[in-house]
Order: sequence, then structure tokens, then C-alpha cells
Amino acid sequence: MIHFLFGELGYNALPFYSAIATVAASVVVLGAVVVVGSITWLRGWRALWSEWLTSVDHKRIGIMYVVVSFVMLARAVIEACVMRSQQAVAYDSPGFIPPEHFAQLFTTHGTIMIFFMAMPFLIGIYNFAMPLQLGARDVSFPVMNSISLGLTSAGAVLMMISLCLGKFSTGGWTGYPPYTELSFSPGVGVDYWIWALTLSSLGNTMTGINFAVTIYKKRAPGMTLFRMPLFCWTALCISILMIFAMPPLTVATLMLAMDRYLDMHFFTNALGGNMMNYVNMFWLFGHPEVYILILPAFGVYSETIATFSNKRLYGYTSLVWATVSIAVLSFTVWLHHFFTMGQDGSVNAVFGIATMLIAIPTGVKVYDWLLTMFRGRIRLSVPMLYASAFMILFVVGGATGVMLANPGFDYQVHNTLFLVAHFHNMLIPGLLFGMLSAYHYWFPKAFGFRLNEVWGRIIFACWTGGFLLAFMPLYIVGALGMPRRSQEFFEAVYQPYMYVALAGAALVFCALASMAIQLWTSIRNRDSLRVFAGDPWNGRTLEWSIAAPPPEYNFARIPKVDSVDAFYQAKQQRTAWRAPDEYFDIPLPANSPVGFLCCVSGGAFGFALTWHIWWAVVVSALVFFGSIVLRSFNRDTMRIVPSGEVQETEENWLLALSETPPVANEAMFTTANRGLVREPV
Amino acid sequence: MTRLIRILAGLNRGRPGLLLPALVFSGLFLTGCDAGNITFLDPAGPIASMQRHWFFLLLIGLFVVILPVLIGVPLCLWRYRAGNRKADFRPNWDFALPLEFLVWGVPAVVVVLFSLLVWGPERRFSPERSLTDAPPLAVDVVALNWKWLFVYPDSGVASLDHLVIPQGREVVFRLTSDSTMQSFFIPSLGSQIYAMAGMVTHLHLLADRPGRFLGENTQFNGMGFQNQKFAVDVMPGEAFDRWIARAHESPLRLDAGTYRILRKESTGDEAAKALKPDSGQKTAMPQFAGVPEHFFRGILARYTGAPGRIPG
Repeated sequence: MIHFLFGELGYNALPFYSAIATVAASVVVLGAVVVVGSITWLRGWRALWSEWLTSVDHKRIGIMYVVVSFVMLARAVIEACVMRSQQAVAYDSPGFIPPEHFAQLFTTHGTIMIFFMAMPFLIGIYNFAMPLQLGARDVSFPVMNSISLGLTSAGAVLMMISLCLGKFSTGGWTGYPPYTELSFSPGVGVDYWIWALTLSSLGNTMTGINFAVTIYKKRAPGMTLFRMPLFCWTALCISILMIFAMPPLTVATLMLAMDRYLDMHFFTNALGGNMMNYVNMFWLFGHPEVYILILPAFGVYSETIATFSNKRLYGYTSLVWATVSIAVLSFTVWLHHFFTMGQDGSVNAVFGIATMLIAIPTGVKVYDWLLTMFRGRIRLSVPMLYASAFMILFVVGGATGVMLANPGFDYQVHNTLFLVAHFHNMLIPGLLFGMLSAYHYWFPKAFGFRLNEVWGRIIFACWTGGFLLAFMPLYIVGALGMPRRSQEFFEAVYQPYMYVALAGAALVFCALASMAIQLWTSIRNRDSLRVFAGDPWNGRTLEWSIAAPPPEYNFARIPKVDSVDAFYQAKQQRTAWRAPDEYFDIPLPANSPVGFLCCVSGGAFGFALTWHIWWAVVVSALVFFGSIVLRSFNRDTMRIVPSGEVQETEENWLLALSETPPVANEAMFTTANRGLVREPV
Repeated sequence: MTRLIRILAGLNRGRPGLLLPALVFSGLFLTGCDAGNITFLDPAGPIASMQRHWFFLLLIGLFVVILPVLIGVPLCLWRYRAGNRKADFRPNWDFALPLEFLVWGVPAVVVVLFSLLVWGPERRFSPERSLTDAPPLAVDVVALNWKWLFVYPDSGVASLDHLVIPQGREVVFRLTSDSTMQSFFIPSLGSQIYAMAGMVTHLHLLADRPGRFLGENTQFNGMGFQNQKFAVDVMPGEAFDRWIARAHESPLRLDAGTYRILRKESTGDEAAKALKPDSGQKTAMPQFAGVPEHFFRGILARYTGAPGRIPG
């Protein structure tokens, strides 16, 4: 009976096997208690339910995605610091973390950073900004959007539960079999990993479909594809990448699940299984994934560099074609992740050259951004700082990438810390700096007040310095042959670099703490940072033409577009901020609990499968599909914002706008900035 | 320290150095520790020394390519800062055809140049191709959790976590795994290659100076992963022959009983202790005589069903 109710779950699943695990689990439980407690204390449950959890508004879903990613970022950064501390003391010594725990750390760190930090962050930013840039009222499938968020969050919750109950996988974020098969990894860890990934990859596939359809169908009148902001172009490219790249991951993890649950032999050593099939499928997802992660950052930089240089983006058409060719090429290079798997040198050479081809459009992009700055009026805002650091550091990472694309060199540094340094060099200055600058750039649009500038600069300094200290030494120890994922090492020559890398990790931790402080002080001083007028950076694209925060319907009247940088042009022709002649009722998608139900039942499904609680598997699957089926009978899916309400909101804002004094370009970062900036001369 | 600088400056062992990148790189090495025998930067064979050469070539070439960005970004930031009213301001300038040729052309030319390197020498010296015309020494490598078994099929001997090869003679490794996937790597000699169950991969290496070098597994495969290192001894021909002869006299035979112990999850040291329980604290890695014929094929047959004697 007990076994029927709880499956494999028992007392020994509690995290008392090591002090560090106990502390980590306690922090998670305590954090959850504090959150629940403070919501109750603030009497926030009703508002949370009706305005957030059941909301299908793309802006709110976007914000919730970013919240998920920040929580997961905090956990994964702390894990990184623990690993760096271990390696700093691991010369010829087992240190303070046993191998099994260390392996869990690098597995969760990688899994979280890719699937539960980076993906939710960029999807959240797109969700918020992309429909606004297109001049749309929402994405094409708002409820599906909320289900995608639900599935990603369910995966993230599963990751957090794995800290408290049972042990996580030790197979790395790539989960290569046969190590992750039952014969070598018999515990529940790999199952946690499989279901967390499966849930999130299903959510991401749906997001890809949603974004692509939105871009094809919801652009404002006159906005041809070649008048879209570059950020939306990158959204289109990554959506298509997600549609084609996520399913191989879902299939690969499900096949691994079938090996583990149903005694099949897709990737086992024996009985005809072949792990090479997994490796190919994984990287068929994994390499496009690299560009799913980096293209959004390219999109953000294309916006921020133009805005803060006060200049049109140089080479728009070139940049579009460069983006598209990167997206296409990304499907042709997956083999470079395993040059060392024993195939013929000619095969490797072909894939090596294909890989280097990607350097061409990427180089074009960097040059184009540089030419955008050329003869501009550059304001060194926080996003511009990130963009500058990105360009310098990214070309370094790109250079090491071209080196790794050379099979002859890759044979030497594959699986070493050189590789680890390379991909962190791409993902931190590339993806993360891009997303952090997007966060600083669009935060005032989302919440109506700017983030504290001084703390923004401190965060930037900590991230940049921390990155340099933490990862430049790894290039060197990698070239000296130190394998990644080593819990202990025996070469004295590595040791000093490990100290430097630890200092870097400490700085990154300071960056994380500064982010919390910045958010806190900005919220406290929000009145002096308000930018209700809505255009605090002298923006160029449609999202800046409305109030900050935007009304739920986004645009009282859908704008007409006849050029790239539509809002900038309107400001030049003095046609911006015109009150509409007439106000109409605006239909919006009504709230729906389906996304939340899918989150809960999807999470329960993954948890039950992990612990073999079969009755719960059946119940949660029924709830999951039942809620979607029931939803399809609901015909009352829209609600109307009456024209009177729209008129009141808009007139309120236009009145405030007319009373807002525009500030000079130089005063943009002072409290004088109320959301209106004069054009520089 | 001086040795290290010589290594890094490419002055080691007579090869004229590629001084610029070597100096840049050696500037990063702030320690006085000896990094010899663990890295291709101090090569002990032609493959590793070519890889070092390619590394420096790529370092110089790519440095030249990224230099305009490293200079251009700070320059633009300073010159076109908002406060500098004297600088040009062309807010609507967004295209120039001649620049397009440069912007697309320069990266394209660089990629073509590097492609020649990839298609030419790098392909010629990829792991599965032989280096010389002379008959190579064959070594069969079996990856076990968390140790390596080296079988010398022509002599019928084997050794655990200790690879001994003759100086100046090409060695062809045939690798398979009797457990997880692992990556066999001797940085000072050259390329790494995966070992996978039921499959054979090939690796050709040549050592041109005697010494003891680091060998390791770089693919995480469980809790003994960090200890899965092995010593590689390169010896002159006669010394190598003596080592083989000594192996023949070893009391340990690679029979089913021995192999059962080796297949258990354990580090090399633990397995050595299990095989020679009475030899005290610091045991030398064991050698085995009497390796059955088709031993290697038998391990493969576990997974492929092909005929052969199944060990263990």
C-alpha cells in the first residue's frame, strides 16, 4: 500500500546525506515558505491569481518568464561558486565536496543555466517586447503562451524539488548514455533530468510556433518583413530554430526514458543499442540551441547600439541576411561537438569548415555594429556598456571558437577547460550581457520606472570583471590539458589559475547580489525614477510610442508603419503621440487557468514518473489533457475593453505627456528624465 | 621557469618559435611551475608539435582579424561620445557599398585561408591515418570504469594504467570500451579519441623523445573519473623490449578471474591492490602475461554478438 502511494519515494530521499545538501534543501524550503508567507501577509493571493497566474497578457507572461529565470540564475550562480571553491582546494586533495555531489553540481548548473535561466530569460524578453515592436495587441496564441510558461515553470520546479528529495543526475547537462542508462546511473537523478528537460522542451517548441505565427500574422499594417526591427528578425529566426531543433531533444530524452522505464535498448551498450545515435540527436538540437541562445542577444544589441548611438542601424539588410544565414548554417555543424568520436578525418574537415563559415556572418554583424557607432552620438548607458564589452569579449570567444572548429586543434582541447572557457565566453558576454542589457533597456517600459543607474554600472563592472577572472585562466589550464568536470586534480601548475577563477566567481556572486540591491533600491525610489511618458531612451521603435507601463491593450489604435525605425521617423515628422480621432472597443483574450493547471499537472506528471508513483502519473495526465480539452469547449474566450475606458486611459497619458518636459541628451540618466528626451544635435 | 618560457616561446627543441603569440600566451603564465610532459605546448611527438604549430598559427591569424574590433570599439566610444560636439554626427547614414565588400570580404578571406589548413594538414594527420610507412606497434586499449587496460597483442602481454611505448616507432591504438564512453588522451603526444563499447576507434601516435608523460580520460564517467590518469613511459627500443620481457614473467595472467576483478567499478590503484593484496602501500601498476588470443575481439563480442572468446 505504502509503495502504491509513494512509489520509490521514502525517508532516504531526504537530503541528509551531506551537510551542504541539507543546507541547500533548507534554503529552498525556507525560500518557498517566505514567499508563501509574504503573499499571505500582503493578502496577495487573489491579485496573484487573477492578474498573474491566469493572465494571458504577453507582457505579464514575459515578466513571469524573467522572474523564473532570475530565481534559477541565483541558484546556478551559487552552484558555480561552490564548484569554483572546490576546485580551488582540490589540488591533490578531495576538498570538501565528494565526487558524487560535485557531479550533481555541474549537471544542475549546466541544465539550469541553459534550460531554466537562458531560455526563460530570452523567451520572457521576446514575449514582452516583440509584440510591442510589431504593433500587435498580443501574440497569436495567448493561452498556448501561458501553457508554455506553465511547462517551463514546471520543469524549473522539478529542478528545485530535486534539491530536497532524492539526488539529481550526475551525467552532465548533455546526459550522454550509456552513462545515463540504468546500468550506470540507477537512481532517480537521470529521471528528474529527463522530465525537467522534456517539459521545458515541449514548452519551448510551442513558444517557437507561437512567435513565428505572431511575426507572420500580427505585424502592424505597412510593416513588411524588411521593416521589422532587427530584434523581431532574430525572434523569427530563433522561432524557426526552436520549431526544428527542440523536437530532436524531446525525442532523444524520451527515447532515453524508454530505455530506462521500458527496458528498451536505443542507447544501451548491449542488444543493438548505440549511444552515437543519442549524441547525434542531442547535438542536432544542441547546436541550433547555441544560436537560439545567441541570436536574441544579437537582436538586443542591434536595438540598443542604434538607440544609444542616436543613429540608424548600419547595414540593416546585411544584418538581416547575416542573421538568417547563421540560423540556416546552425543546422549544418552539429558534428563539431564530437570530432573525437572516431569518424574519418574528411568528415571532420567538412564540418570544421562549415563551422568556420558561421564566423563570416557573425563577423559582418560585429563590423556593422561598429559602423553603427561610427559618427553617432553615443550615450554610455548601461545597455551600451554591455554592448561594448560584448563586442570586445565576443570576438575573443569567436576567435577561440574558430580555433575549436579546427579538428586538428580540437583533438587537443576537446573536453578540457579550454572548451568550458570558450562556451562561457560566448554565453556570458553574448547571451547573458545581451539579456541583462535588455532587462535594463525595457524595464522602464515594463514597470514605468528606470532601474538605478549607479547600481547598474556596478553590476556591469562585477559581471565583466568576474567573467574575465573566472574564465580567462580556464583557457590556459585547458590548453595545459585539465579535463572539465574534475572534482580533484594532481598537477600543481593548475592551482594558481584556480585561485584566480575563484576570485572571478566571487565577483560574479557580487554581481548577483548587486542585482538584488538594484532592484530593491529602484523599487523604493520608483517615484523619482518614473518615466510615465514612455520614451526614456529616445527610442526608435514602436514600443516607445506608448505609455510606460503600457496599457493592457498596448495600442489604442494600431499604428501604420512605412519605414524601419517607425517611431523615430514619426518623431522627426512630428506625427508621434497624436491622439486618435476616435476610440473603439478593444477585444482582448480573457484570462484562463489552463496554463496554471498545465503547470501543476505537468510538474506532478514529471515528479510522479521520476518516483514511479503510477496512480499520480495517471491522474496528472488526465488533468493535463482534460484541462486542454475542456478549454476547447469554452467559446467565451474574449473580453472587451470598452471605448470609454480606452479613451480615459489614453487621455490621461496624453495629458501627462504634454506636461512632461523633455530632457537634454546628457540628462538622460538623471531624475529629470520623466520619459521624454530631446534629439541631439 | 626558464624552461617554461622556452617551451612557450617555441624555442624548445630547436623549432623556430612563432614569437608574438607565444609571448602573449607566456605573459599569461605567471607561475614558475613546470608544465612539461602534460601539454602539447611541450610536445613529445610530431602530432602534438604540429598541433602546437597550428595553435600558434590560428592565434596570430585570429588576433589580426579581431584587432580592428579591439581598437575600434574603444575608439568609437571615445570619439563619438555624446559630449563631443566636434565629432561628426550622421544620424541617417546607414549604408555604403564599398564597406559592404570589406565587411563580408575580410571574414570570408580569413575563413578560406583557415579552411585550407583544415582540409590540408589537419586532415592528413587526423587520428585514424598512419604517420609513417614502417610497420607500427599495435596496442589494444580497453576502457574500464575507471582505469585503462593496455594489451600488446603481438607479445601477448598487458598492463593496467601504465602505457609503455618505444621511442621513434609509430604506435597504432585500437580502442574500445567495456563500460561507459571514455576519451583516451595523451596531451604531449597528440590527439584524443573516444572509446565506446561494441565499437573500435583508431589512433596513430608517435613519440620522439623518452620520458614520462601524462595520460588521462577527459570524458566524465562516474565517481572515479578524476583519478583515471595513467603514466605513459616512452623508452628506447631495447628498454621497451626488456619491459615486454618482464611482463612475460609476471605472475598475474589476464584470465577470466583477473578480468572479473578489472571489470568491477574501481580506480586503477584499487584494482591493483585487489590483484596484489600483499604488496604494501605503493604498488607499481601490474603487468599481465598470458593474454588470450582474440582477447580484444572477445570484449567487442560482448556487445556485437560477433564470434570470439568472451572474457570475464
